[in-house]
Amino acid sequence: MREYLKNIWTAIITILIGMKITFKHLFVPAVTIQYPDVKPQLPERERNRLYVNMDDCIGCDQCARACPVNCISIETVKGLPTEDLGKTSQGRKKALWVTNFTIDFSKCCYCQLCVFPCPTECIYMTDVYEFSEYERGNLIYNFSTLTPEEAEQKKINYAQFEADKAKEKAAKAAAPVNTSAPKEQ
Amino acid sequence: MTYDFFYKLFGSQVVAAIIQGLLPLFVFILPFAVFAVWLERKVSAHMQDRLGPMRVGWHGWLQTIADILKLLQKEDIIASENDKPLFNIAPLLVFIGSYAAFAAIPFSSAFIGSNLDLGVFFIVAVSGLVVAGILMAGWASNNKYSLLGAMRSAAQIISYEIPTILVIVTIVMVTGTLNLNTLSEMQTGHFWNWMILGGPTLGVAKFLMIPFMIIGFVIIYISSLAEVNRTPFDIPEAESELVSGYHTEYSGMKFAMFFLAEYANMFAVSAVVAALFFGGYQSPIGYLGNLIGIKWLIPIEQLFWFTAKGLFFVFVQMWLRWTLPRLRVDQLMAACWKYLIPIAFVNLIIIGLITLM
Repeated sequence: MREYLKNIWTAIITILIGMKITFKHLFVPAVTIQYPDVKPQLPERERNRLYVNMDDCIGCDQCARACPVNCISIETVKGLPTEDLGKTSQGRKKALWVTNFTIDFSKCCYCQLCVFPCPTECIYMTDVYEFSEYERGNLIYNFSTLTPEEAEQKKINYAQFEADKAKEKAAKAAAPVNTSAPKEQ
Repeated sequence: MTYDFFYKLFGSQVVAAIIQGLLPLFVFILPFAVFAVWLERKVSAHMQDRLGPMRVGWHGWLQTIADILKLLQKEDIIASENDKPLFNIAPLLVFIGSYAAFAAIPFSSAFIGSNLDLGVFFIVAVSGLVVAGILMAGWASNNKYSLLGAMRSAAQIISYEIPTILVIVTIVMVTGTLNLNTLSEMQTGHFWNWMILGGPTLGVAKFLMIPFMIIGFVIIYISSLAEVNRTPFDIPEAESELVSGYHTEYSGMKFAMFFLAEYANMFAVSAVVAALFFGGYQSPIGYLGNLIGIKWLIPIEQLFWFTAKGLFFVFVQMWLRWTLPRLRVDQLMAACWKYLIPIAFVNLIIIGLITLM
């Protein structure tokens, strides 16, 4: 009988304690972040979509080599000696045309390993994380500043330059060597 | 009163009766169910420090209407092994059972579906119909989870009807009436005339009765909670054990029917508790209509008080739901047969002795 009454007592008391706690929580501000309206505060070193500042890129291919999933593909063409390719913000002279610089974000694993080897700090993580697409192909981002025609032109230019050089060399080889050869030695 | 009005308006008893019958459904139960589902989601969310629906309308108040639109468009799936006639009737029966209870509930002195002399008895009887519907649903679904849920539900509802009826008998003993309208009328005046505070007759008996009335109220509230299958007595639905119990196999509007019945039932039992112990539609502090002399304002005020009391008890049901864990089957039966029924019996005898004094 004693236990019976005790059971009733504990039941009532524990239920009231529980109800008190839940009632208090009715007035506790919600922790929900209303996502599309309110963006969560991201941590300082968050890793999201990559961005490449092509003004600084020297086409060294180090990021592509560091990438563990091979999502960066870079194609470069040497600039002609007559062309001025500009300088990076650190004052380094650029020597290569970056004809193609694509990052496939459907492959990217956001490991940030490409960021550290970059000598000019031109590839870095941004705070953009809303870039879902309906087509997988739309996730391949092209950062190259050259249009395909321009890139093609650069390639042709360089091939022309090479061909000219080869021709020149061949002409030199065909010409009498006796004057030039001893000088070089 | 409303019946006379419709009878005068249309001149036909049939039309007046149909309108009188459908009035609570369209004016009260459907809007209430829509509101209660939203309220439940909001209350549960805020108790868990979340926000709940926020995107459809102001603080998501149109969310339920959007959900109903979705449910209306859904395919009505009937599995090939179902017992089709029973499967189709079951949700209707469950809904009719809970809707029929509203016939005897007095919303205000001007509106009561049917002023039955056996009001409370009628409500208890038609609530029993819900069990049949649930058993039908469980059996016809041809699914082990549904059948288990239905069996549990039958066991639970039948067990918990006993303490409910014992407490109702206590009240009937004191007041001498089963008519809910008369019961509400008796508790007129101020809140100290409510049955929970010993009833309208002043005397030693009134004060002696107060603690036992409170015990009676707690018992009927707990057992009515079990009768409408709400947590902590939701073993017939028990999501974590039985998928969702007897309505596992239902989809679309038939599922919505069960849902509507559940919320209609929640209000029905709250209304009965309010009518028995908390003065029904009577105001606790007197009427504004009496004060400023506008007589037609009183029924509207009464409707307000009745809805407020009902909603308060519905809120407490939700509050309990998000506070307490589900009981085991044996605990459920122990709570009913070992605790509620003996206490209700002792309560009945004591209140009987006090009334005899």
